[in-house]
Amino acid sequence: MSISFVLNGKPTTLDVDPNMPLLWAVREVAGLHGTKFGCGMSLCGACTVHLDGAAVRSCVLPLSAVAGRHVTTIEGLKSARAKAVQTAWIDLQVPQCGYCQSGQVMSATALLEKNPAPTDADIDAAMSGNICRCATYSRIRAAIHRAAVTIKA
Amino acid sequence: MSIEITVPQNTRRGFLKGAGAAAAAALTIGFEWAATPRRAMAAAPVAGAVFAPNAFLRIGTDDSVTIIAKHVEMGQGAYTGIATVLAEELDADWSRVRVESAPADAKRYNNFLFGTMQGTGGSSAMANSWTQLREAGGKARAMLLTSAGARWGVPVAELTVEKGVVHHPASRRRATFGSLAGAAAKLPVPDAVTLKNPKDFRLIGTRVPRVDVPAKSNGTAGFTLDVELPGMLVALLKRPPLFGATVKSFDATAAGAIPGVVKVVQVPRGVAVIARSFWAAKQGRDALVVEWDDVNAEKRSSATLMEEYRQLADKPGLPARKDGDAASAIAAASRKVSASFEFPYLAHAPMEPLDAVVKLTRDSCEIWAGDQFQTMDQMNAAKTAGLEPAQVSINTLYAGGSFGRRANMGSDYIVEAVSIAKAYGADGTPIKLQWTREDDIHGGLYRPLYFHKLEAGLDAQGRLSGWRHVIVGQSIMADTAFAPVMIKDGIDGTSVEGAANLPYAIPNIDVELSTTRNGVPVLWWRVVGSSHNAFAVEAFIDEVAQAAGEDGFTFRRKLLDKHPRMKAVLELAAEKAGWSGAPLPKGRGRGIAVAEAFNTLVAQVAEVTVGADGKVTVDRVVCAVDCGIAINPDVITAQMEGGIGFGLGAALYGAITLKDGRVEQDNFNGYRVLRLNEMPKVEVHIVPSTEPPTGVGEPGVAPVGPAVANAVFAATGKRVRVLPFGGSLAG
Ligand code: FES
Ligand code: FES
Repeated sequence: MSISFVLNGKPTTLDVDPNMPLLWAVREVAGLHGTKFGCGMSLCGACTVHLDGAAVRSCVLPLSAVAGRHVTTIEGLKSARAKAVQTAWIDLQVPQCGYCQSGQVMSATALLEKNPAPTDADIDAAMSGNICRCATYSRIRAAIHRAAVTIKA
Repeated sequence: MSIEITVPQNTRRGFLKGAGAAAAAALTIGFEWAATPRRAMAAAPVAGAVFAPNAFLRIGTDDSVTIIAKHVEMGQGAYTGIATVLAEELDADWSRVRVESAPADAKRYNNFLFGTMQGTGGSSAMANSWTQLREAGGKARAMLLTSAGARWGVPVAELTVEKGVVHHPASRRRATFGSLAGAAAKLPVPDAVTLKNPKDFRLIGTRVPRVDVPAKSNGTAGFTLDVELPGMLVALLKRPPLFGATVKSFDATAAGAIPGVVKVVQVPRGVAVIARSFWAAKQGRDALVVEWDDVNAEKRSSATLMEEYRQLADKPGLPARKDGDAASAIAAASRKVSASFEFPYLAHAPMEPLDAVVKLTRDSCEIWAGDQFQTMDQMNAAKTAGLEPAQVSINTLYAGGSFGRRANMGSDYIVEAVSIAKAYGADGTPIKLQWTREDDIHGGLYRPLYFHKLEAGLDAQGRLSGWRHVIVGQSIMADTAFAPVMIKDGIDGTSVEGAANLPYAIPNIDVELSTTRNGVPVLWWRVVGSSHNAFAVEAFIDEVAQAAGEDGFTFRRKLLDKHPRMKAVLELAAEKAGWSGAPLPKGRGRGIAVAEAFNTLVAQVAEVTVGADGKVTVDRVVCAVDCGIAINPDVITAQMEGGIGFGLGAALYGAITLKDGRVEQDNFNGYRVLRLNEMPKVEVHIVPSTEPPTGVGEPGVAPVGPAVANAVFAATGKRVRVLPFGGSLAG
């Protein structure tokens, strides 16, 4: 069975088991490797992508659920806010091992797209689902605030 | 051919530190795979004449400077640190520097602290590379200068170097490294070189941006998970539910019927489902029916083990340190203090679940992994495949965290992958073994469970006169290849580090170890022995200080006169935290703790708020660190921040428990780790130093647990003696 959706702005049809989680369809079928596997149970956020602009965990989302919708992975980030996030990530030297960081960047971008000036409480709410075992949390918070400043400027 | 591993006997302590650091030292150098994930893993040779005066450096005619890292990058910043040190003495243009991971080659790339082994651990990457890389850079620079001097017919003394360009100021001539590379390559490598005076450092001591951060911010950094080779298959392994159980029989009918499943094979560690995709392999494994033989399996519960340990703590152990006569001093003391502490098994849970890609033929084995123990892995892979170590090559990739897990003496995940490739037919088909998070949490090689019992005596003047510390738990080194060297007179140094080297001046000290044995596989976990010993020592000394009627800072300070570096970090942390300032309001508290790990000294002051409901919030941690010369202050700061978050998560929530031998946690729901909303504000202060650099990957983990426990006491009057304490004192 094939599922059609828009992946990073491009109409895409994947001919695979519709129950396959979006994570594996994106990684192994579409060949985009930026989205990571961390838990497979919606517990860590490593697999975060945007579905119609909202941050979702692709490890538990069956491919069938995205039919006709817009999926953005880290490879497809283009907006000014996404760039502000990635620039802040580099300026503040956020990543350590880096494995969680695609998911962090996706969650942070989704937050800033909705709320360009998040408070610490907003950041807690939006980012606490993304585990970082290297505990880069202080810098993630600081980088989101930094990106918010850039967006405003 | 076989590789002999020799551990220098006279540096046992050094090795111990190195080995322990395996868990924490995340400094890995790997091939730069950042720009295009699909690019070949091995760095392509630089076109044109190349100047490669040693195993760590290549300069291309295009002025590119490639620095080869013998340590894995697992987050600790090793690639950046290594490149900085070499580029400093070379006077390279940092913007032209790239880092590539070294192949597995124990002759050229051994870790000096591990003897003849290549590997990363014990927070040793910078400490063991420091002189080697400075000399490598300095000698290359000298050769470039010699070739420039010869080209222009001027004395070398008249030349200067800046950012990859040699200048002759008198004649205003200049030449880039690349233009000199061909000629320099023909020169002999000098025997000796004068290294820079540290006051002339331009890169060392500055916040050089990490080489891996851009690729790790846009999803292009390549991990083992991302390796894709033509015809590659994905394998998931079904392992026994109890440690020590084996396969009795299996039925692959249902698994084989899943579309995409290619083959089901039995291997020593279980039954593997090999498929065309992760999803097919996962479904196949779920459908696989295995009957296990658990006759020899460990079937006890962790609570039962702890009860046994508790009893053992009342019996004498083997001496790990004996100064004076602690028993008599405590018996004669005017005040006695005693307490016991309990520590659970802990999983490392690196963010990237273990994975390895193996391409096995009849006469070769190529491995892709976030490899931390190349020489060991090469030997174990060879043995499994029936090859010689020289026939095994390893591509070391970025590791998505490790905390010690990827450095293990049995090379568990590598051996599994090789055994699966062998059972598949060793026909050159690349096979990726992927662990799931459940495999990781259930997978053993935990930080051991420990029970600690401490007693101390204060004499009539209130001075700490006797200290007795009994440690009960499994040995990490027992039954491994390292045991003969690492275990001396029954004492595994990794079981007592952080306790036997207690920094305080106490006239009578007795540290004893009771080593237990059971079927739960154990391993070093970030900061190793100090992950429990520092807690027991630093929480207990706080209890002793309280008995003496003194605050934790003043009491410790008086006992550190013979340990000026430790005293300095203690004072710095206290000063920056405002220790002697206004007391915190009701419900809040401050606690202090110190630790020395892998020759790095750390002090931390934690501030907590305890709600009426008993909920503990850690608001702030002030950290002072002395790690010798600070190669990169920002990387040091990041490692302290990360170590604090990692250690705090363990103190609050970390526990692997066993019920009748079965691990009760499965994923990040049962095995909780710290999350962003729980991260305290962290302030890091680095002590200026001219001592050689020591590691920072692990030491920051050690003091945070006891600092928080001592702060909780200050806020509530309640002592935390059983870990984890759940972030709540209620109930
Ligand atoms: S992999 Fe999807 S939330 Fe962890
Ligand atoms: S950077 Fe390593 S898990 Fe987040």
